[in-house]
Amino acid sequence: MDAEEIKRAVTRIAHEILERNKGAERLVLVGIANRGDHLAERLAKEIRRIEGAEVPVGALDITFYRDDIGMRREAPEVHETRIDFDVTGAVLVLVDDVLFTGRTIRAAMDALVDFGRPQAIQLAVLIDRGHRELPIRADYVGKNVPTRKDEEEVRVRLEELDGDDAVVIGVKEREPA
Amino acid sequence: MIKHLLSINQLSREQVMRILDTAESFREVGTRVIKKVPALRGRTVVNLFYENSTRTRISFELAAKRLSADVINFSTSGSSVSKGESLKDTALTLQAMGADAIVMRHSSSGAPHTLTKWVHASVLNAGDGTHEHPTQALLDLFTIREHFPSFEGLRMAIVGDVRHSRVARSLTLATVKMGGDVTLVGPPTLIPPQAEQWGAHISYDLDEVLPKLDVCYMLRVQRERQRQQYFPSVREYSRRWGLSPARVRAMPEEALVMHPGPMNRGVEIASDVADLPRAVITDQVTNGIAVRMSLLYLMLGGDASKTAPQERAAEPERTAEPDQPELQPEAQPEGLRLPQTEGASRG
Repeated sequence: MDAEEIKRAVTRIAHEILERNKGAERLVLVGIANRGDHLAERLAKEIRRIEGAEVPVGALDITFYRDDIGMRREAPEVHETRIDFDVTGAVLVLVDDVLFTGRTIRAAMDALVDFGRPQAIQLAVLIDRGHRELPIRADYVGKNVPTRKDEEEVRVRLEELDGDDAVVIGVKEREPA
Repeated sequence: MIKHLLSINQLSREQVMRILDTAESFREVGTRVIKKVPALRGRTVVNLFYENSTRTRISFELAAKRLSADVINFSTSGSSVSKGESLKDTALTLQAMGADAIVMRHSSSGAPHTLTKWVHASVLNAGDGTHEHPTQALLDLFTIREHFPSFEGLRMAIVGDVRHSRVARSLTLATVKMGGDVTLVGPPTLIPPQAEQWGAHISYDLDEVLPKLDVCYMLRVQRERQRQQYFPSVREYSRRWGLSPARVRAMPEEALVMHPGPMNRGVEIASDVADLPRAVITDQVTNGIAVRMSLLYLMLGGDASKTAPQERAAEPERTAEPDQPELQPEAQPEGLRLPQTEGASRG
């Protein structure tokens, strides 16, 4: 996926979110750090362009809610969480770059309920690569990318962090034992 | 990361930054309606306090609870220790009960280090004798970083009873490690001459130091030491070494006033000064929870089974030296040892 395709996917997802929810009222976007938050910002920008509405955007770090703390050698690195609006009663669209096992989304939903009680949580992802381990599916998908579970990995590059926009399928790096 | 936290000396600059950066995230958790995350669910943290310290114990207790760990408070009064149980047997008991971390406060320098030889759990030094109080130094650095972008060239004075203060020692080592410039200020009787080997300057004139400061860190006067004639009277101490409103006016506008608590208002710090906006003393308390959460998370959030338990040494208890050569990459200068005639400074 190149920069142009990512841009079109974001625009389409923005349209779909507005269509499904009949506008931007009560809508809030929360991106999962470290890439979902940037995608959420882009979606908000598109929604502003299409609908002229300002949608609150937050960032969520799910590290403290992971189910594998203590299973890795090192404690996972943490990022910033920034949700400075009330999520109770909102239609909250959770945004992430890649949907894979679903464990990140499970952790994110656990984290979100500590912030309030959204009226609904929907999920938007740029890439769905399959291999779910939990009963979770995305409401909005940029692109479905079939992959091999153990040998491949999907890397999303975003201009804000990596200098360019691209989705690359690479060979999985083995975690050091 | 690290298995135990015994001394500031064992940390690299990068590790200090990682601890502070992680603490930023935990400070955010402290601002939520639900100030709790499940990161350390199922882990057990024991507060083992051989000296009373309500403030430090509560801070560690809150930190562990906000990480969803189970917390056991074990204080010496009213416990098996008052029935004569030795440190080693207490340690082995806690070990047998499955403690993952032991937070220890002890009046003997080096006691937490000794503990590491008997238990598999991570040991956090919450103040040992006149040796160190590393978590206090880290929370102080965190508080300073909220106001100054870099520690490089930071000008700090630590004022008061440096001789008996483990806070002074840990904070000096930490600030110097991060590139700051520390001056220890106080009556000559309360400044150990070897303190220069911590990398600090020494001054006996507070008024001369004040105009060139970013941080003025006041230590608690321990009135119980008055008997020992370290200074003529509390009143004279207050006049010469106390931070009065006039002295604060001599400091640069943006300079901070800090104190590890508990304060003696009107002795080392004037009551009006303690309530100034630039006195960040309550911020230090708030940040202490975030920094201790960060440490517990980084030390317990990895797989403990992938770190080999320390070798058990057949060493008699309470004879540990304050220095821990096997944990410190650089050799310490000989002069680092402080006289251990009295009990420790509270931090």
